[in-house]
Amino acid sequence: MSLKSYLKEKIVSKEFDAQLKKIQKPVGSLGYDPWGFNAETHKIVLSLYSGIYNKYFRVKTDGIENVPAKGPVLIIGNHSGQLPIDGTLVGYALAARKNEPRMARAMIERFFPTIPFLGNFLNQTGAVLGDPVNCAKMLENHEAVIVFPEGIRGSGKLYKDRYQLKRFGNGFMHLAMKYDATIIPLGIVGCEETIPAIANIKPLAKILGIPYVPIALPVIFPAKVRLNFGKPMKFEGGDVREEEVTRRVEQVKSVINDLIDKGLSERKRLF
Amino acid sequence: MIKNKKPKILVTGAAGALAQQVINRLRNDYQIVAVDFRKQTYLSDDIPSYQINFNKRVFEDLFRKFEFDGVIHLGRITSSEETRMRRYNANVLGTQKLLELSHKYNIKRVIVLSTYHVYGANAYNPALIDETAPLKAAELTMDLIDSVELENLANIYLWKYRDLNITILRPCNIVGPGVQNTMSSLLSSKHAPVLAGFSPVMQFIHIDDMADAIVLSYEKNKSGIYNVAPEDWVSYQEALALSGCTRVPLPSIPPALPKFITKVLGLNIFPQFLLNYFKYPVVIDGRSFNQTFGFKVKRPLKEIFRFYREMKRHD
Repeated sequence: MSLKSYLKEKIVSKEFDAQLKKIQKPVGSLGYDPWGFNAETHKIVLSLYSGIYNKYFRVKTDGIENVPAKGPVLIIGNHSGQLPIDGTLVGYALAARKNEPRMARAMIERFFPTIPFLGNFLNQTGAVLGDPVNCAKMLENHEAVIVFPEGIRGSGKLYKDRYQLKRFGNGFMHLAMKYDATIIPLGIVGCEETIPAIANIKPLAKILGIPYVPIALPVIFPAKVRLNFGKPMKFEGGDVREEEVTRRVEQVKSVINDLIDKGLSERKRLF
Repeated sequence: MIKNKKPKILVTGAAGALAQQVINRLRNDYQIVAVDFRKQTYLSDDIPSYQINFNKRVFEDLFRKFEFDGVIHLGRITSSEETRMRRYNANVLGTQKLLELSHKYNIKRVIVLSTYHVYGANAYNPALIDETAPLKAAELTMDLIDSVELENLANIYLWKYRDLNITILRPCNIVGPGVQNTMSSLLSSKHAPVLAGFSPVMQFIHIDDMADAIVLSYEKNKSGIYNVAPEDWVSYQEALALSGCTRVPLPSIPPALPKFITKVLGLNIFPQFLLNYFKYPVVIDGRSFNQTFGFKVKRPLKEIFRFYREMKRHD
């Protein structure tokens, strides 16, 4: 028996296996897809992650049923917390959704594929190199994709700037219009407090060739996380001027802002 | 024999397993003439076979003598054989000669076998690369320049001489019985090197399926450039495991280290200039070919790896 099937047997409970089997995911004969997703690894990792999701971050979701069960979807959220914990929580939430669970793909930073072990591991769990071609091909294949349009501007945010949205790129809107994808705005509250950073050592980041090096305590705080999913948004494609695209992006951004505010007002305490 | 009424096809690379598979599929309906740069190969009494350098003048005599209708150009010296200079002469200049002669002698159909290597193994590659993507192999290593140049050349002729009806095929890893490229050698070996922490997604096509694809593209005349790959994927390390290979991890960072190790150990099976292909995925989108030619592979990945596994058992 291979290590993977041994781990699967030990770690993945029967119920969870049945839950994940409900997810329709086009993979090849050996359980892989073109982006390196592997069905077995995904099951094991999600099972291991359930403790982190349920017990450590005690994630509470609202409006998760707004994410359509089928068709191309872009889940657009605010990015925070130095490490891409937010993306993994959203991915878990959708896979574990009781009705019509869905596998959502997170787009990851360009330097991840160059890191041994980690890059491959992320790919096997469904994360994909954040390239517009990848996103386009996935929407074409009717997948759900998690996008943080702030990119590293968001994840590298300092604690003093928490919950202030940085500039959104327009790329996601162009893709949504081209592939007729449903946009689900998402306000994430809690991840800003997981790794609060007070400063960024830019010169060191430059030397290491990574986006930022935060000054932070080497712990991930168990902040309670809220994921507030907004109502689906649709935008017509066609020949639209860039000005109008930017206006539409701002529209999505303002909905996300409202969802964050809602999450912050519902929050009684940080942990 | 020359008065034979069957259409005539010149097949290059006749010493290779793929060309022989293609010839077997075509020999009933066509008069085949086989040539190879490397050695003379006896195929059968009714198939003339020559060892010939395309850059020599005698090559033209074949065109005069046989009046070919079509050319299937499979004769590429792969990156693991010969020196860079000889490869360039054979692959690039030889192909140019072949295409010039094809034009001069009014050939109506040309198939050129390229490789997915031309896209280059880059950390930033998206998956499902389609035919319009830039060919970045040359920026990574001088050793793959001949592959890219061969393509460029075929492309130029594709537009310059439309009546040649050139079809360029860029297949993923061709593997299976008789194949002697790098990937097939790795799957055949008992111990196969891997770069620690890297296991890129790969695509494999069985040699029989590839031969079918070549025959199909010759018969259905639709010139253009096409990736050829099944819609199935597997990581490199899992492919090795399924083929019964023991994986031998080499340190992978800094990138100079595995290059140094393969050079010092003289690991020909894991050529330096292909190392990036064992690190980053080059996943191509074969859907355009499949749709245009109505092609579907018949041999699944499991069957391919079973072949390699059983081969080891019999050793």
